[in-house]
Amino acid sequence: MWDYSEKVQDHFYNPRNAGAIEGANGTGDVGSLSCGDALRLTLKVDPDSDKILDAGFQTFGCGSAIASSSALTEMIKGMTLDDALTVSNQDIADYLDGLPPEKMHCSVMGREALQAAVANYRGEEWKDDHEEGALVCKCFAIDEVMIEDTVRANNLSTVEEVTNYTKAGGGCSACHEGIEEILTRVLAEQGVAFDPNAKIDMPKATQPKLTNIQRMKRIEELLDEIRPNLQRDKGDVELVEVDGKNIYVNMVGACGGCQMASVTLGGIQQHLAEGLGEFIQVMPSQELARQAGA
Amino acid sequence: MSTGIYLDNNATTMVSPEVVEEMMPFFSEQYGNPSSMHQFGDKVGRALKKARQQVQALLGAEHDSEIIFTSCGTEADSTAILSALKAQPDRKDIITTVVEHPAVLSLCEYLEKEGYTVHYLKVDKKGRLDMQEYIRLLSDKVAIVSVMWANNESGTLFPITEMAELASSAGVMFHTDAVQAVGKLPINLKESAIDMLSLSGHKLHAPKGIGVLYLRRGVRFRPLLRGGHQERGRRAGTENSASIVGLGKACEMALSAMAQEKTTVKALRDRLEHGILSQVSHCFVTGDPGNRLPNTCNIAFEYIEGEAILLLLNKMGIAASSGSACTSGSLEPSHVMRAMDIPYTAAHGSVRFSLSRYNSQADVDKVIEAVPPIIEKLRKLSPYWSGNGPVEDPEKAFAPTYA
Repeated sequence: MWDYSEKVQDHFYNPRNAGAIEGANGTGDVGSLSCGDALRLTLKVDPDSDKILDAGFQTFGCGSAIASSSALTEMIKGMTLDDALTVSNQDIADYLDGLPPEKMHCSVMGREALQAAVANYRGEEWKDDHEEGALVCKCFAIDEVMIEDTVRANNLSTVEEVTNYTKAGGGCSACHEGIEEILTRVLAEQGVAFDPNAKIDMPKATQPKLTNIQRMKRIEELLDEIRPNLQRDKGDVELVEVDGKNIYVNMVGACGGCQMASVTLGGIQQHLAEGLGEFIQVMPSQELARQAGA
Repeated sequence: MSTGIYLDNNATTMVSPEVVEEMMPFFSEQYGNPSSMHQFGDKVGRALKKARQQVQALLGAEHDSEIIFTSCGTEADSTAILSALKAQPDRKDIITTVVEHPAVLSLCEYLEKEGYTVHYLKVDKKGRLDMQEYIRLLSDKVAIVSVMWANNESGTLFPITEMAELASSAGVMFHTDAVQAVGKLPINLKESAIDMLSLSGHKLHAPKGIGVLYLRRGVRFRPLLRGGHQERGRRAGTENSASIVGLGKACEMALSAMAQEKTTVKALRDRLEHGILSQVSHCFVTGDPGNRLPNTCNIAFEYIEGEAILLLLNKMGIAASSGSACTSGSLEPSHVMRAMDIPYTAAHGSVRFSLSRYNSQADVDKVIEAVPPIIEKLRKLSPYWSGNGPVEDPEKAFAPTYA
């Protein structure tokens, strides 16, 4: 049985704002192929203030789909449309005290219904911009499409690289067979055979040696390259100190307390090492303080 | 026993109190290893022999040595299929069906990656096989046919004895995953052409963790687990003696209660089915109602989703299961429902009620009372529903953008 929070159960057993709104002026119909769930969100928007006066939902779906729909309507009532559009699927999940990883797409469906309904009110056409695949990594809710796209975009060839780029496989590791299968398939398209023993090549330090200033600038540039990935998860990274091969960083925002921080640091380390063409070690800045204290 | 109404007996069953009682000594004073020479081992050895004969009697097998104890139904399935491939290395084809249990389907998908060719027999809208397609596929390239006796979701029965005869006359080994059929239908293996059969203890009121592979005498065999001489070297590993004794008792009880299945249990199932269908509109029985297990009833409720139904049933203490994608966390609704071409809006709302001889008429009447308001409540939330019926032309009236 699913480990649904009390909040999810409450919103499922006692759904708020069920049914279509009378005199609605914005409607969003979306479905999630991955669960066969579908949701119609109806909004009544005040044209003068752009405020959502009322919201109602009709859902064909499981317990968490109904709970996510109910939560969404509660959250957005009284908001302006622009404010409502800032509600993320994570906000919906947080409002419900979390959803099982397999059920996160229910909250995604809620957010999409909202975007579709606002677009409908504004007379715009809404297009869905993401595709969902079968869940591969249950620890971090990473699906097949996400892994495939990342493997293609970054020419990845090992499970370790997939973990560094997507987090998939960074937890219990039970999905490594599945990740290997994806790699085998994608690499085969490029005429390459998957090699489970492949080591990630470290480029040889053939470039001329950088000055300290050049090296620090290069490190900043390399960090900027991966920053968007961290920001997408509502986190960020700050460079604190460079001491020879030891590079100290500060993980901020969501990355700070994330249980994946060590894996993320591993990913940053790999990116810096490849970019600099030398072996370096990335450590959290707390380590610097600890060493100073010692 | 815990309170509540348990109508999920195709998932697992209550261990009969008599079975538990029979098992208890084998956790305490009867701890000997049946392979040992001393009296401690000898007593356990005799108990296993009795259990083997009890299983033999239920299956109608000719010899008790045709019974091989395994850890579960899945192990028996894997042992059977892999043995056929190992024993006949020149044969690289397998015939099975699209509606098998994952114990067979996942293994077959894996074997395809290893270079084997798997032919999946399709089913029609009632879940029936096309015998002509099957006959065409039988050839000397086929190492094994593996077809379930009864479908776990719809209860639909396949013509296993006929299919085994056809395989036999084509010189092809025949295995059946009979975990849902054993104990619910009379079986007489000595009169059949079935070479191998899998069963699982926990589906017939024995504990979990015990299964059987029936292996007809003379059928070429290669063990999955090699090691000690247990099970005549065909399944190494110290015997799970308590569970084997429990399974033996459960088989004996199933045999003596066999008549009840097609009378009492079937009558309760039919009462439940009529009770629901007569009160709830827009729902239908899936599979082949005229040819199915006596205990199983699978109803697809249109325009709502199964997990939501189960959660509301569970709140009232009623246990059932569903073919919806959400209950399994997978992408698709049940492969069985999809194979029968049941539309998504109904497949997601399919609910399986599976009874046992431990259910009562009072249980069934409570469920008949509970179901209609639950369906009504969820349909009120559904975008496909309006008032007392589906919206006009539902697929058009609500056509969401799918991601």
